[in-house]
Amino acid sequence: MIRDTTIGAKLWITAVWVIVAFFIINLLAMIATVVISSFGTRWLGTWLPAGWTTKWYFTAWAEFQLSDVLIVTFQIVFTVVALSGLLGVTAAYALARREFPGKKLIMLLFLLPLLVPPITFGIPLATVLYQAGVGGTFWGVVLANLVPTVPFVILVMIPFIEQIDPKVEAAARVFGAGTFRLFLHVLMPMLLPGILAALLLVLVRTVAMFELTFLTAGPTSQTLVVALYYSVFASGVRAVQSIDAMAVVYMVTTLVWLLIALRFVNPTQIVARAKQQQSAA
Amino acid sequence: MAVSSPPVYNRLSLRQRLALRGIDGVTILVLPAVLFLLAVFVYPFIYGLVLSFTPKEGGMFANYQKFFSDPFLYDTILTTLWLAVPVTVISIALALPIAFRVRLMTRQRLLTTILVLPVTLGTVLVAEGLLNYLGPQGWFSRTLMLLGMIDRPLKLTNNYWGVFSSLIITGFPFTFLLTLSYVTGIDPALEQAAATHGAKSWQRFRFVLLPLLIPGLAIAFCLSFVQAFAVFPSAVLLGAPAGPTRVISIAAYQAAFEQYDYSMASAIAMIMATVQLTIVVAILAIRNLFYRGSTAGGKG
Repeated sequence: MIRDTTIGAKLWITAVWVIVAFFIINLLAMIATVVISSFGTRWLGTWLPAGWTTKWYFTAWAEFQLSDVLIVTFQIVFTVVALSGLLGVTAAYALARREFPGKKLIMLLFLLPLLVPPITFGIPLATVLYQAGVGGTFWGVVLANLVPTVPFVILVMIPFIEQIDPKVEAAARVFGAGTFRLFLHVLMPMLLPGILAALLLVLVRTVAMFELTFLTAGPTSQTLVVALYYSVFASGVRAVQSIDAMAVVYMVTTLVWLLIALRFVNPTQIVARAKQQQSAA
Repeated sequence: MAVSSPPVYNRLSLRQRLALRGIDGVTILVLPAVLFLLAVFVYPFIYGLVLSFTPKEGGMFANYQKFFSDPFLYDTILTTLWLAVPVTVISIALALPIAFRVRLMTRQRLLTTILVLPVTLGTVLVAEGLLNYLGPQGWFSRTLMLLGMIDRPLKLTNNYWGVFSSLIITGFPFTFLLTLSYVTGIDPALEQAAATHGAKSWQRFRFVLLPLLIPGLAIAFCLSFVQAFAVFPSAVLLGAPAGPTRVISIAAYQAAFEQYDYSMASAIAMIMATVQLTIVVAILAIRNLFYRGSTAGGKG
């Protein structure tokens, strides 16, 4: 490692850390404000609320029908996770094992939904889904959410499958394993860590996916993040603390899965996708 | 093709010939995902493109003419650029030096975990939190007043700065984590070699590291810009959606779900995609002027 000892370099390093600290303090303070407000009785013009209470959680739970919203959220999220795993892992297996004409074009097809922002393709997609009659329903939301998650699983899984030696599969074939048994007893155990990581990331992303769900959800197919948006949008109707309580419920739902996911993946992977794994392989 | 192929090739069955080209039972596994994306990604896009040329009234280009003749509509492009470009430039400018310091840390995990929080929580929650935090009674103004830097609370919500800060809070960590993955991909030996030859820190950055980073930074810039350009929930919740932060996605949303003019909405979505694509293509074209090669160092 190279050490710079000039005064200029030291000032520069200090400046960099001051900016990092400023950013993190603001970020944590912002999250703390939401949490404190949700437990406060009355908070006007002071540093901290006048008193503490948990009643806003009961109010929010009843007012926003949070139990229904949570059930719908998890139904949608787990359906998306299962389907994107099924579609994504099979496609990733084919792309990792075979070279064929048009493969570059197919890779481009899988890359685009991750690069184009959801709101851009979400509006034409919502139009098509509403005309097909699935807009506003459970399956409409699931279909829309699958658009970025299937390519995501594929791009995470390709390098993972590539690092498994094809000879292992060949050996299993020699000993008479059929395709199904090969998959169940040989490939699955080896791929499980990768699949788990990819699916957990899909889970976190789908809980937090606002745009696509917002554009396609009807009254009975709202997820937590969309319900939160509507309640903030109509703020003034409900007490601020009640909305904050709902925001905390949303934060907990997302962060629990994030913490589980972080046991299996590096934080940079959530953003940098498959890149990190490629260099590790 | 068949004429030029050797005779032995023709005697093989179709199945064998396909297998030689890499198409067999395993390759077929890619089909479900491809068909799915063609149906829910490519088809809607083409459908939207066609729909945008078949307006409710007027000729083929009526929607586009309407968009570019109504300042209430075409100004949204500038409004959005005025948010997205500064946010992206600032994010990159901050992310680069910080990534260079963090790369030297042995325990990056805590920092990267904290930074991944706003990306994971999403724009809606950040907007909600900032409404409290940056509001007139919030801790931010309160601290500045305590320090004697301002006399009365700053107005930071329901205007440009509210959206700007929410974009920085979600956009900067995204850009940073992306940049960090590129910066850590450079072999430290390259920098050490330059230092051995007497290059000062600025020279090492300017002549060794920066040229290697340009391709990665261009990608990071494109991705961050495209994300910022598609700003939607925070522009509604934290901005002034009728005026200074009426971004292009709000115009598209209103056309689709408030006026039920799906044709106009598709046209705006296509314009949005075109602007994004133009900037991305321009950035990638500039990138190609620079060095592209291995960042791994050593031989080869």
